[in-house]
Amino acid sequence: MATILDNPILEIKNLDKNYGSLKILKDVNVAIEDGDFLVLVGPSGCGKSTLLNCIAGLEPITSGSIAIGGRDMTDISPKDRDIAMVFQSYALYPTMSVAKNITFGMKVRGVEKAKRDEKLAYVAKQLQIEPLLARRPGQLSGGQRQRVAMGRALVRDPKLFLFDEPLSNLDAKLRVEMRTEIKKLHRELNASMVYVTHDQIEAMTLATKIVVMKGGVVQQIGTPAEIYTHPANLFVADFMGSPAMNLVPSKAKKNGKGYSLTIERDDAAPLILKDDKAQNLPEDVIVGIRPEDIGDAQLRKGKGLQVSDCLVNVVEPAGADTYVLMGLGGKEVVARVQGETHASAGEMMPFTFNMAKVSYFDPKTGLRLN
Amino acid sequence: MTDNSTYAPSSRQWQTIALRFGLYAILLLFALYYLMPLFVMITTSLKSLDEIRTGSLIALPRDVTFEAWRVAWSGACTGIKCEGLSPYFWNSVQLAVPAVVISTMIGALNGYVIAQWRFKGANIIFSLMLFGCFIPFQVVLLPMAKMLGLLNIAGTIPGLIFVHVIYGIGFTTLFFRNYYVSISQELVKAAKIDGAGFFRIFWSIFLPLSLPIIVVTVIWQFTQIWNDFLFGVSFSQAGTQPVTVALNNIVNSTTGVKAYNVDMAAAIIAGLPTLLVYIFAGKYFIRGLTAGSVKG
Repeated sequence: MATILDNPILEIKNLDKNYGSLKILKDVNVAIEDGDFLVLVGPSGCGKSTLLNCIAGLEPITSGSIAIGGRDMTDISPKDRDIAMVFQSYALYPTMSVAKNITFGMKVRGVEKAKRDEKLAYVAKQLQIEPLLARRPGQLSGGQRQRVAMGRALVRDPKLFLFDEPLSNLDAKLRVEMRTEIKKLHRELNASMVYVTHDQIEAMTLATKIVVMKGGVVQQIGTPAEIYTHPANLFVADFMGSPAMNLVPSKAKKNGKGYSLTIERDDAAPLILKDDKAQNLPEDVIVGIRPEDIGDAQLRKGKGLQVSDCLVNVVEPAGADTYVLMGLGGKEVVARVQGETHASAGEMMPFTFNMAKVSYFDPKTGLRLN
Repeated sequence: MTDNSTYAPSSRQWQTIALRFGLYAILLLFALYYLMPLFVMITTSLKSLDEIRTGSLIALPRDVTFEAWRVAWSGACTGIKCEGLSPYFWNSVQLAVPAVVISTMIGALNGYVIAQWRFKGANIIFSLMLFGCFIPFQVVLLPMAKMLGLLNIAGTIPGLIFVHVIYGIGFTTLFFRNYYVSISQELVKAAKIDGAGFFRIFWSIFLPLSLPIIVVTVIWQFTQIWNDFLFGVSFSQAGTQPVTVALNNIVNSTTGVKAYNVDMAAAIIAGLPTLLVYIFAGKYFIRGLTAGSVKG
């Protein structure tokens, strides 16, 4: 599954992690290059935080190996792995000032005072926390604590940064701001980062590479675009993207060069879509189509677009876009149309289906077919 | 209490005042009730024996005299010796201070390990230690006597320190464990990545956080150890007895006329240190019992 890289900064091979008889991680293989921003994403309990803890050396692994910067780190203690970590709760030392929080690691390692002060000043300037240095963590706001936690990581200048859901304790507005800031920081430092989140939008915006996990098993590894346009299975298709990809059961039948797909409808005759490029489809197939690939018929015309009339059930305006819900194949299907649409509930309306961007999945295995 | 339909702001105000008044009256009554014995002890200790015999129990002393206090401190007879409480008071100090310090330190370390360095069987070990808190003193007397004999510290102050440390660990561990368990485990993880080891994390991060719980533990342990009578009377010998045992001997070994004023003075002297500890550290005690978590 893992791509083979020439010079990986992080390379995880055949990693297993068990708690007694409970298998938390199963055969994880991931590698990233220097400067990559790897995001581990998945629902809670999927093992993403455990995997991060294994990379940090805070959890022993059952089998497999972890290498950082080309060195095998499987049995090396966290302090010698050349990593820095930002935690969900920030984990700032409550009785120490901000300055002492940031320099504690250097002090433990016996870095001399002049050097410590120099690095502290540099990091404080970079993160604009100079006025806060004398304060205690308890006197800081959530966003400020977040910055201090980042400062503590930055000052180590490590090979690999690890982030464990660092934004989940912030309010929505601050989260978006800090997200941008982390992205900027990544670009400025050209650092390698591993980032855990359950928020798929965070994953899409930050990552250069995403690992989607479920139940301790890696579902897909790829760039945000690959994951979004070519989800490897039904789980990834459903998990990534908001609103989620429409997954509609249908019957496929060979028709000339390609296939014709029959989708049952409660309120009208079956909807028949034609895909000339589709190949080797079984009779039962799940059609996956993103909301933005179903649109207003008047506005979009072109190759691969098919127009069909559908009954509108619900109209949900969301400002820039309007989401239109209709019943197809026993599912609620969402279409994303222009903000100023004429759609109204209970009426038939023509929609375009962009068949060039459709994904097909096997309903039995859940795996992608095209 | 009142009819709500005829509700008016002034009647409501009046009601509040009445409630307050009632509350303070009841509190005052309780306070008086609790302070009565102390009042009787102090006044009696300041009276001469003649006055005690002729006067009323709750009357204030006519002629204030500190003679009874002098006798209690340095002249009263405990059995055959007549040197007052002072040598035994120092025995108690020599016994209580190290026992409190050692048991608090061990409790802090135990609590830190059990709460933050979860190892296999940590919960079982903690339950067993908790069980130790509820073993009645009498049950351990004989095995402990045997143990002290084997260690060759029977009848000595170090022997008593040993007993109190062992018996105190259950409680001190419980206090510290419950305090540390509310602290996020990510703190230890962050410190590990920063390169700190087991003791460094304890010393630099957890101990500075622990002032409230240290105060609670010290007050608890000091009160327990200073006031202990059973271990003191069982495991000491002439010369190493703690103040509680000496107090008992003064009160019970007088012949002829009972010197109530001396008994009262002696009892106050014996109880004074715990009282002082509570007065000076009491506000931390309340704070430590109520506040557990540290917002991170």
